Amino acid sequence: MDLIAHHISHRFGALEVLDDVSFTLRSGEVVAIVGPSGCGKSTLLSILGGLLQPSAGQAEWRGAPPPDSRNPLTFVFQDFALLPWCTVAENVEFPLLHANLSERERCAVVDDALRRTSLSDFRGAYPRQLSGGMRQRVGIARALGVRPAILLMDEPLSALDSQTRELLMEDFIRLLADGSMGAVYVTHNLEEAVRIADRIVVLSRRPGRIREVVTIPLSRSERGDIHAREQLLALQSDLWSLIREQAVEAEREVQHA
Amino acid sequence: MLDRAGEQAASPPADINAEARPVAFRGAGFAPKAGRYSGWIALVLVLGLWQLAGSAGWVNPLFLPPPSAIALALWKLALSGALWNHVSASVVRIGAGWILGTMAGVAVGFAIGLSSLARGVGITFISALFPIPKIALLPLLILWLGIGEEPKIATIALGVFFSTAISVYSGVDAVPRNLIRMAQSFGVPFASIVRRVIWPGALPSILAGFRISASVALLLVVSAEMIGAQFGIGAFVLQAGNLMQTDQLLAGVVVLSLFGLAVGKLINLLETRLLHWR
Repeated sequence: MDLIAHHISHRFGALEVLDDVSFTLRSGEVVAIVGPSGCGKSTLLSILGGLLQPSAGQAEWRGAPPPDSRNPLTFVFQDFALLPWCTVAENVEFPLLHANLSERERCAVVDDALRRTSLSDFRGAYPRQLSGGMRQRVGIARALGVRPAILLMDEPLSALDSQTRELLMEDFIRLLADGSMGAVYVTHNLEEAVRIADRIVVLSRRPGRIREVVTIPLSRSERGDIHAREQLLALQSDLWSLIREQAVEAEREVQHA
Repeated sequence: MLDRAGEQAASPPADINAEARPVAFRGAGFAPKAGRYSGWIALVLVLGLWQLAGSAGWVNPLFLPPPSAIALALWKLALSGALWNHVSASVVRIGAGWILGTMAGVAVGFAIGLSSLARGVGITFISALFPIPKIALLPLLILWLGIGEEPKIATIALGVFFSTAISVYSGVDAVPRNLIRMAQSFGVPFASIVRRVIWPGALPSILAGFRISASVALLLVVSAEMIGAQFGIGAFVLQAGNLMQTDQLLAGVVVLSLFGLAVGKLINLLETRLLHWR
């Protein structure tokens, strides 16, 4: 299943946020969206996932989602968005409650999602009892439970400490390794972008326009190699020089706002 | 390994013969904690002093009877059955008024929290009518509903309705938007979002509103009973005051206080049970 951003523009009142953004996420592909603060990355993701109506253009999908997919476009949120009154298992079960599944089938799906995210021992815990990393694992388990075709990840690691980020990044890479799921990965962290993405869409400062689409010339499995790391660092540095000036301007703008 | 010896040498060394002084602790205070028994001890002390003042004749018992006299009056009222008559009349009025007002308040509060049309209309009416002291409407309600239980119950229901509606729509507004967006992103139907996200998310505010509405109901039942009732704690307190039976008057006040405490405990229990996840 492909996901297409088709000439998307958006404004909040007088504030123009996105201007004519077009790109296609091919089936099983991971596209990272980077850009200076306030360039409309998260807004674009909301539009792609159907949570926001664009002012112009539209998000489209092409091809059939996997037959067992219960929510082809599934978000993983920056702030985890867990129901604090539900246990880990209940949070994972939540999107399945209105699906046409028997209780036994639901339990099987929840068990599988918890096992894949190493949460089986925490099924009865409440979100407040978990660390940030574990909470995000619950968010991932909830997403996996609906068998998405495309994950829409909005800065999923930005609220976490660096060690947890590293561990979860390894999990993401493992989950996306077989190409059965694609992902749009919004981040301001260029290191994350070059590690996980097949392509990186660089947005300009507000209103966000596509400045460049960078293809990573290595498969994800090759990126652990020491020479590959040097190549990725160079790529990261190139991306930073592309963004830096506008990031400084955006930061000043935020401070003056 | 990093060698920082050069940098350390650049800083002037401290005088090793100078006296070492402990760093003064500056982090005390601003974290009040109630002692386990301090409240009870204070209560006993106040009651003891009050009793002493009465027994020693420092205050006129006609104006302020000692606690023992109030307890005795309460005991006699309980034995005669009058206490039950008054308390049961008040409880029935509070119960009926509170339930009616709460049901309407929850329904209207949710409507305002969830619908733009209801919000536009409802908030205007609530803002206009909420500040009116509801007891001022009792004469009008008597005209409309006749002399009986109905106007008293309606007064209580009106008072409860407004505070409940406000706490419910404030609670709905306070439900984190990211949780609603999460549910929408999974295609969860509207009714299920209301039941599984908005209702539990708004519950802390709704229960806090219940606490306030219970106090409002107590206040209004006493006021309404003082205006026109034969039985009820409010009527009893007023009659005792008219007859200068201050021990009985204060016995009625004690009953009201106990009733308020009991309601508070009940809401605490509800909070513990329903908000255990906090």
